Amino acid sequence: MKPIIIDRLSISFGPIRVLHDVSFDVTAGECFGLVGESGSGKSTILRCASMLTDIWDGTVRIGEHDVRKMPVAERCRTVQMVFQDPYGSLHPRHSIRTALDEGLRINGFDDREARLAQAMRDVGLPVEFLDRYPHQLSGGQRQRVAIARALILEPDVLFLDEPTSALDVSVQAEVLNLLVRLQQEKGFTYLMVSHDLAVVDHMCDRFAIMQHGRIVEVLDRDAITGGGATQPYAKQLIDASLEYERAI
Amino acid sequence: MSMTRDIPAPVPRRRMPQSLIAARNIVAFLTRSPTSLFGLVVLALLILVALFAPLIATHDPYAQNLQATLQPPSGTHFFGTDELGRDIFSRLVHGSRITLTIISLVTVVVGPLGLFFGTVAGYFGGKVDTVLMRITDIFLSFPSLILSLAFVAALGPSLNNAIIAIALTAWPPIARLARAETLTFRQADYIAAARLQGASSARIIWKSIVPMCLPSVTIRLTLNMATVILTAAGLGFLGLGAQPPLPEWGAMIATGRRYMIDSWWLVTFPGIAILCVSLAFNLLGDGLRDALDPKQMNKR
Ligand SMILES: Nc1ncnc2c1ncn2[C@@H]1O[C@H](COP(=O)(O)OP(=O)(O)OP(=O)(O)O)[C@@H](O)[C@H]1O
Ligand SMILES: [Mg+2]
Repeated sequence: MKPIIIDRLSISFGPIRVLHDVSFDVTAGECFGLVGESGSGKSTILRCASMLTDIWDGTVRIGEHDVRKMPVAERCRTVQMVFQDPYGSLHPRHSIRTALDEGLRINGFDDREARLAQAMRDVGLPVEFLDRYPHQLSGGQRQRVAIARALILEPDVLFLDEPTSALDVSVQAEVLNLLVRLQQEKGFTYLMVSHDLAVVDHMCDRFAIMQHGRIVEVLDRDAITGGGATQPYAKQLIDASLEYERAI
Repeated sequence: MSMTRDIPAPVPRRRMPQSLIAARNIVAFLTRSPTSLFGLVVLALLILVALFAPLIATHDPYAQNLQATLQPPSGTHFFGTDELGRDIFSRLVHGSRITLTIISLVTVVVGPLGLFFGTVAGYFGGKVDTVLMRITDIFLSFPSLILSLAFVAALGPSLNNAIIAIALTAWPPIARLARAETLTFRQADYIAAARLQGASSARIIWKSIVPMCLPSVTIRLTLNMATVILTAAGLGFLGLGAQPPLPEWGAMIATGRRYMIDSWWLVTFPGIAILCVSLAFNLLGDGLRDALDPKQMNKR
């Protein structure tokens, strides 16, 4: 279990500043949510912290180490990410076996067959599915494969970028429960982006509300129903989502 | 754990069939439309004829017979004889080997070269892209026949130089295409996932990007083959490609044209051969475009 410390993270794409001095901490073994409107920079935080982009300023520390200074191999075995769209995150011409095996090969794991089978069992898929291609799987099954691909490298931290928003409601619950179970079994630290406060309520211990590339407020889970928000935008967002839920 | 060891055993056996099944489906799809079937049949015929040329040919393609020059088509000489009394049918049959050599050598050079330039430029972007694409532009800015002419003129006329010259002019469009394809999915999440798995850029290009570019590059290469055959024939015709007495089709037309008025068979049969093969590649390319369409592929 490793904590995440993000300190004054900023990034600009050309003249446009997308993140403004974002700072927050995630304690080890916690599930921390990031909530905010579209374009507020949630995915960008994950992409920076996982070094998919490296043009940012500030520091991101995972465990003891600065992600910038970590060797690539160590970083891969510390942080993995599950992407928003299971239709775009699996290579269409790679079988599930290839998709999972790549990470094992690159990082020199031994006993790969056993690990592949174990990863499939961890995410509740039959081992025979290893020889299928993504187009032969449903959206929920694809997302399970994407989760398997992330956890097969035995990371300490998982970044989840709206892991269920592309799935329909019944499958959403399955995948969320899978994520909760995996966290209990393996002690992951989760940093999870979502625009659905119900999902945050279900999964996260604490969450941050973002607007225009800034953290507006960091709240406990209780604040959703208990009204603990102090900032106007945070209140507005929580009220709007409660109202929406009541409406359905 | 004992379970896990048992189940994955048939891996290597299972993976081969997947590509075989795909290949079979593509061929099955091609045979369904008459035009691409024609392309397929002509190509198969070309390969068979080239393989078994000595068995099919009725005469030695180089044997001169000055008693029987410019004979019209008949039972002994199916397509007649040329000005030195050589059997045109046998020369055509042996010429198929030259055509096939040109096609395969050009493909082997152009495909990888174009893929390399295109995917590297597209994946890295920035300065790498600018440099590689400017090089490509320089080659693209010459008409291909002129560039081949200049190249052959510099190195001396021969079949090998003609092949090199054609390859030099044929790769830039492939590189352009591969780059454009790469740009459309270099931001895809599966590329990001591969980077998070620790894959090097070379590995990502080879394992993730090249397979995505292959279908369109294959289609383009096939369509290009028609041009390649015509350019080779053109160089042969101008005396800059295969040298006499090699039975190259373009060179046969060049020597035959002096006797064209009286002896139509000298230019007609090589002309038909060139037409058929380049038409076959065009039709096959069109068929492949439908067969390799992602929606079709997914039905396999
Ligand atoms: N590579 C890029 N180049 C230029 N601008 C970018 C780039 N990536 C992101 N942005 C901009 O950064 C802002 C934040 O994008 P980001 O993807 O982080 O939003 P988000 O909060 O994840 O939104 P959503 O909920 O819709 O996924 C957007 O305004 C986007 O236009
Ligand atoms: Mg996003």
